[in-house]
Amino acid sequence: MSEVSTGDTTTVNLTIDGMPVTVPEGTLVIRAAEEVGVQIPRFCDHPLLAPVGACRQCLVDIPDAGNGRGFPKPQASCTIPVAEGMVVETDNATASKAQQGIMEFLLVNHPLDCPVCDKGGECPLQNQAMSNGRGESRFDGQKRTFAKPINLSPNILLDRERCIVCQRCTRFAAEIPGDPGIALIDRGARQQIGIAEGRDFSSYFSGNVIQICPVGALTSAEYRFRSRPFDLVSSPGVAEHDACGAAIRIDHRRGKVMRRLAGNDPEVNQEWISDKDRFAFRYADAEDRLRYPMVRDADDPSTASGHRAPLRPASWLEAFELAARGLAAAGGVGAVGVLPGGRGTVQDAAAYSSFARDTLGGADIDFRARPLSAEETRFLAEHVRGRSEVTYADLDAATEVVLIGLEPEDEAGTIFLRLRASTLRQAQAGAQRIRTIAPLLSPGSAKLGAELVRCTPGDEAAAIAGLTDVAPTAVILVGERLATSPGALDAAAALADTTGAKLGWVPRRAGDRGAVEAGAFPLDAHARDADQIIEGVLAGDVRALLVGGVDPDDTGDPAAFLAALDRAEFVVSLELHPSEVTRRADVVLPVAAVTEKTGTFLTWEGRPRPFPKVFDKPATYSDAEILGQIADRYVAMESAAPPLPEGLAGKHPRRAAAGAAVGAGAFRLSTWKLMIDNGSLQMGDKSYAATARPAIALLSRANLHRLGTTVTVTGDRGSITLPAQAADVADDVVWLPSNSTGRGVLADLASPGSGVEVTSA
Amino acid sequence: MTLPDASANGSSANGSSATGPSGTGALMPVLTANWGLERAWTLASYAAFGGYQALDVALGMTPEDVVETVKASGLRGRGGAGFPTGMKWGFLPAESEKPRYLVVNADESEPGTCKDIPLMMASPHTLVEGVIISSYAIKANRAFIYVRGEVLHVIRRLQAAVREAYAAGHLGTDIHGSGYDLELVVHAGAGAYICGEETALLDSLEGRRGQPRLRPPFPAVAGLYASPTVINNAESIASVPAILKNGAEWFAAMGTEKSNGVGIFSLSGHVTRPGQYEAPLGITLRELLDLAGGVRAGHELKFWTPGGSSTPLFTAEHLDVPLDFESVAAAGSMLGTRALQIFDETVCVVRAVLRWTEFYKHESCGKCTPCREGTYWLAQVLARLEQGHGSEDDLDLLLDQCDNILGRSFCALGDGATSPITSSIKYFRQEYLDHLTHGGCPFDPAASTLFAQEVLA
Repeated sequence: MSEVSTGDTTTVNLTIDGMPVTVPEGTLVIRAAEEVGVQIPRFCDHPLLAPVGACRQCLVDIPDAGNGRGFPKPQASCTIPVAEGMVVETDNATASKAQQGIMEFLLVNHPLDCPVCDKGGECPLQNQAMSNGRGESRFDGQKRTFAKPINLSPNILLDRERCIVCQRCTRFAAEIPGDPGIALIDRGARQQIGIAEGRDFSSYFSGNVIQICPVGALTSAEYRFRSRPFDLVSSPGVAEHDACGAAIRIDHRRGKVMRRLAGNDPEVNQEWISDKDRFAFRYADAEDRLRYPMVRDADDPSTASGHRAPLRPASWLEAFELAARGLAAAGGVGAVGVLPGGRGTVQDAAAYSSFARDTLGGADIDFRARPLSAEETRFLAEHVRGRSEVTYADLDAATEVVLIGLEPEDEAGTIFLRLRASTLRQAQAGAQRIRTIAPLLSPGSAKLGAELVRCTPGDEAAAIAGLTDVAPTAVILVGERLATSPGALDAAAALADTTGAKLGWVPRRAGDRGAVEAGAFPLDAHARDADQIIEGVLAGDVRALLVGGVDPDDTGDPAAFLAALDRAEFVVSLELHPSEVTRRADVVLPVAAVTEKTGTFLTWEGRPRPFPKVFDKPATYSDAEILGQIADRYVAMESAAPPLPEGLAGKHPRRAAAGAAVGAGAFRLSTWKLMIDNGSLQMGDKSYAATARPAIALLSRANLHRLGTTVTVTGDRGSITLPAQAADVADDVVWLPSNSTGRGVLADLASPGSGVEVTSA
Repeated sequence: MTLPDASANGSSANGSSATGPSGTGALMPVLTANWGLERAWTLASYAAFGGYQALDVALGMTPEDVVETVKASGLRGRGGAGFPTGMKWGFLPAESEKPRYLVVNADESEPGTCKDIPLMMASPHTLVEGVIISSYAIKANRAFIYVRGEVLHVIRRLQAAVREAYAAGHLGTDIHGSGYDLELVVHAGAGAYICGEETALLDSLEGRRGQPRLRPPFPAVAGLYASPTVINNAESIASVPAILKNGAEWFAAMGTEKSNGVGIFSLSGHVTRPGQYEAPLGITLRELLDLAGGVRAGHELKFWTPGGSSTPLFTAEHLDVPLDFESVAAAGSMLGTRALQIFDETVCVVRAVLRWTEFYKHESCGKCTPCREGTYWLAQVLARLEQGHGSEDDLDLLLDQCDNILGRSFCALGDGATSPITSSIKYFRQEYLDHLTHGGCPFDPAASTLFAQEVLA
């Protein structure tokens, strides 16, 4: 390692504890020491945060600064860069005395309540007090005290007595997500972390401060006092809440996840994860989790009035058998629609795909459980499937990033943090330019320093065509929401073609990209997409549905989806929890949660993110395993119906593109999902849920003035009344969070981009 | 402490005429020369005394020549560290896209230090003129004076002087027809000793919580608003007009070989006539005490600080140490801010050191561990000793704590906090032990008060 010298970096040779080391110019001594395996004790230092030199724990002796003269006093190795010929002693008498002296000071006001502290057992203060401290403290005076924990947010608690004010948390908040809701207040020994009066530490990434706290001062409401580090078993995992593939560490005890931490993956999420990735895991242990298969007996005379027989528990074998029989009875190709949803692993998606194409002999399949369009289908096939054009590293290197229909802070947390890091870093050289085509400059975009290219929802194509100065070194990121904006995906692809910029597609769900690669969407022009499958059911052409993790309220037309479930002769549902689908299904098969199966997610880049099984639970099967069982039985069945006549599929006219205005209202509806909302995988942690941003409609200042601070938004599917605030949106635009009220915007209001009315409530 | 009143105390030594004092060769009033004049703080008085003439001299020169003049004068920073002022100005990058700033550190908060506040009270225009010339020299078009927030009367007087200077065309656009523009802002601090540390001052001036910044980058490169910034002590800047007016040679001829010029020596405590004594650097305390009427009648010198509470104590054996940067350092202390606090034999050194330590504990900003926790702990050990509890081992504990703070803290505040402790144990170890054998403080605290005569009579 010490011999490595790259061509374009100037390197520096120095000696640390007698060992020669060669590092790039500008490296800090504490980092150089790590290269030769020397761990200098530290608290405030963090490799991903700017140096601050506050705790002074990393003092080292530098008898030669490289100029033949030494420093008369120990130096903080976290702030001093290496120099050619420098000699560093981290463990001699001078350095050891300095480190022990600082450690003794740190413990003066620390409560030493390790036996009851959540951090005990994994605490840098505890560990380094052992390795670099005195055996006994000479302090026998009065410690300063504080009232026991105070809330920094509904979810994060601060025990100020334990805090050693290293500033890691405040620096993280200010530097990494750009949410400076916490700051140092007061001074001297009473210096503490504080929040502004009446305001929380509000950040989608707040949980990271718990993890980087070098003492037990920061805890989460749901985890504190729940377990000890030495009782936990840790398994690596991949976050299932977005398409970013953040590495996580799952800490569990007796078959139950106790907490999740950020994994360290320099190429993906570095050492940070969103609060959703950290706290939203209790859905798997929810009371109402489906634990056994259920089937509905065939109609009997008593249900002739239209009520179907109730679901009853069944054995796995019976459920597999009935599922296979029901699908076969529906009539084969064209008569069965497969809707796998976007939450599965790539193995699950491949199983659905194989089940549709091979087992059923070419049934229609579409993973998209959201508004979609034929244009998007074509885009996925031509510009996404089989390509891996953009990676996180490209985001770092890009001179310019264009975001279209994508709000990274809400929809792709890791991308947000990577973009923030690269903008901040490049701010010194030649700033990275970020532009966002959106109806408003969201808080997240503002934190990225993005320039807003204002655009009315649905008119993205024109806005993209208006970008004439995109550099070949740019990266264009398009979000899945663009599917509802006619021509936008084509325009983005054309922009990438003409400029040479790289193009990346960023879906919201962890399984979406894997489903694209697995071909779990219409690959030829005659195949039905998800919307057409639903239409097919309603028209009586499609008779059976095989549904994975799909929430009807997420789909382009929730009412039609529910009607189709009612109309279909046979529905098989693979689900975690009871839902509107399972309630209407004839066979319900409980599936394994991510912790209960092994698998692979593909990130938005196409990067495989394999993860092992955390819990080996009996009779718990992944979607793929269940489909395999059904397929075996289906194939064995002689009664599989012959394929439908040629040309039946596709005989129905395609619907108008989803983005075309449906309602006649004066306002165009802009909407996306906030990171923390009513999503079904976020249930079970009230403290986490309380950190969600409130559901607020955003209007132009003039409209707010005219309509007041509570408004009713009415679309073709219903109306929503909620508080309103002013934002920099156009006068004919209203923005609402997609899934923060009731059943969500798609079910309760209207389709994104359509016309709605806004009235004073 | 009460502010020394220039007319009541200082004038007895400084004289009230422009020609300087009579009969005392050691004094050399330059900054203090006009303090005794009628309404010396007004522009009219200052102008009648020859004020703002140095500005014309400077505006007639190139900025580079002004810098050279100040360099040649040998003026060294009067805030304590003694860094050559002209050289500091020369550290600004020659070319930069960002504006340059001059920031004057008038956050005078050190226990014992009381020179800038009387200066701004008595003759604020001296500082304002210095700011204009210095800003011109470093090509700054905006300057700030950061004044200690507690001294509201001084802030008002300074603001009035700035207002007068604007009205008279000394500030604003096209100053004296030279084409040079300068805006001057008087900014009040909010009561934190740490904000006298130059980078904490910059944070505070920017509206943040004052805590020292990591260096590099140094203020000359990225100071106020991340722009090239010169930060000088108020007395340093106030010295500039006289240098321009009388020449670098005149200034350099005064003082000692390496510590040129004159400075204000602030005598306080058990001295007959406390006040401001302006003299060439290198004067001794013995000479200053002669000028000030000696230690209070009937008492003798026990210990003193040469430059404020952060400089190690001296005793009577140091009466003849020349008060210049080199000689004081050679004798084991620092010239600091020439804040000579005089303590006679009625004072318990342990109690005095405890008071100072409580000050540092109260003022430690909290950023770094050794200062934050160290001062907190030191105060407890000292309090115990002062009450006669504890043991002789506590002295070694104190010294070891100081060793763990000195040079380990982020800025000089922590270093300064150790000075009174280590120096007092060095010179008065037995007095600490006496507290243990006596079962408490052997001194009568009333005896050291100014009203002791009445109390003890």
